[in-house]
Amino acid sequence: MQIKYDSIAHLIEAAQEAGQPLSALVLEQQAQQTERSSQELYQEMERMYHVMKESAQEGMKEGLRSTSGLTGGSALKMQQAVEKGNTLCGRIFSGALARALAVSEWNAAMGRIVASPTAGSCGILPAALLTIEESRSIPERDCVMALFTASAVGMVIAQNACIAGAQGGCQAECGSASAMAAAALVELCGGGPEQIGHAVAIALKNVLGLVCDPVAGLVEIPCIKRNASGVANAFVAAELALAGIESAIPPDEVILAMKRVGDAMSPALRETAEGGLAATPTAQKLYQQVFGNSEDGKGCGGCRACH
Amino acid sequence: MNVFDIVGPVMIGPSSSHTAGAARIGRVASKLLGNPAVRAEIVLHGSFAKTYKGHGTDKALIAGIMGMEPDDSRLRESPRLAKEQGLEVSISTDTIEDAHPNTARITLTDAKGKQICVQGASVGGGNILITKVDGMDVAISGQHTTLVAVHKDAPGVIAAVTDYMSGLGINICNFRLSRSQKGGTAVMTIEVDGNLEESANEDIQKLPNVIRSTLIQLN
Repeated sequence: MQIKYDSIAHLIEAAQEAGQPLSALVLEQQAQQTERSSQELYQEMERMYHVMKESAQEGMKEGLRSTSGLTGGSALKMQQAVEKGNTLCGRIFSGALARALAVSEWNAAMGRIVASPTAGSCGILPAALLTIEESRSIPERDCVMALFTASAVGMVIAQNACIAGAQGGCQAECGSASAMAAAALVELCGGGPEQIGHAVAIALKNVLGLVCDPVAGLVEIPCIKRNASGVANAFVAAELALAGIESAIPPDEVILAMKRVGDAMSPALRETAEGGLAATPTAQKLYQQVFGNSEDGKGCGGCRACH
Repeated sequence: MNVFDIVGPVMIGPSSSHTAGAARIGRVASKLLGNPAVRAEIVLHGSFAKTYKGHGTDKALIAGIMGMEPDDSRLRESPRLAKEQGLEVSISTDTIEDAHPNTARITLTDAKGKQICVQGASVGGGNILITKVDGMDVAISGQHTTLVAVHKDAPGVIAAVTDYMSGLGINICNFRLSRSQKGGTAVMTIEVDGNLEESANEDIQKLPNVIRSTLIQLN
């Protein structure tokens, strides 16, 4: 089976023709491309999933703070609310928010994570998969396979637009992660290839134009909370697509639109920490708090790294 | 591109460029030294200089110099581990002319006093490019098995090295030569497809006019 990653439309068509889940096609094609066995590739992806699981647990531990000292502890708060049954949206949805925060906060605390597709957006895909594995008692094997579907979507986006905040803003980073997670959720919940396409389109459309404006240039504020909103967006897109709701604009056109929006974005809004939230007075204060006034790198900036 | 370029790598956070890439730069520098370093002088430039504390860039570089991979969870403890192992580290910031914003210059010294100065940039997504070794231009991405040979600038040295490789059926995918001056010291960077054995590196070191060569294997 020859499949290419130049369009979502092509992936959908290939899966429909083969009458197989997209994940199975991708695994088979990747084995051919990399001249490795399917078993070997599966095992490597399984390792990714296990690291994701571990990072979601580690990130909920009490007392977790980031290296800068700016963030930490919100995953635990969210999880406590879930356990008390004290949430607006119920256990599944709020559990996903807690996991996205956990992986993201663990990343900011120099924990071990899987870039998916980037470190800044590393909470979204694990949160979606771990939550659906638990809530629907889906076998772990299926979740690992769904990572191949997510990767295929990510490859198309990377090829036709970009997945880095420095290039396309947060829409490219958390937006891509969201689209990948939505695709994985649809496949795991029994949606067909066409529904996967609609979920990808909807997820990206919902965050089109989102800028990358990290406070003090760190992968923390607002990145951690955007991981929570990224997984929420993945659930929105998957839920809509699974209900049969279609995206009026096809996924490949949405990806192209995302690229063009990214190209039109001022460099100040693409990870340079010069615009958006990073340019607010509070952000400036936080910058001073972490790095101090001197730029010579000497002296303690109060980053708490030594605590 | 393959699936693990999208889902992966496994890494210590928070930033693929400022943390994972930094660890890789440190690791290649230590491989180029060839022996464990006892002293490391690190100069940070650009975004590395401005934000290294919050991203743990310093810890990642030190970890890499100690031979750790970007996913080694001891990475965040690296300054303490370095002290315990007798690796003395100094970190400063400076402007390095015409350098990528995420650039580090690392001078390593081993127990016998052998020294190497390596300059590298983290170019995004954890990918790196080592651009200078001892002031001479190189281009090491760390994505291919790479041979870095320091040699006397004399006719036939390149041919001898590449002939030797071709005899092994090795295909070169990237070649770069740089020299200090005519007839002086030169360095060739050769990236190859597939693998090259350490024994091949030993043979290349014995070729006439080759001063020393280092093999950087993947992983």
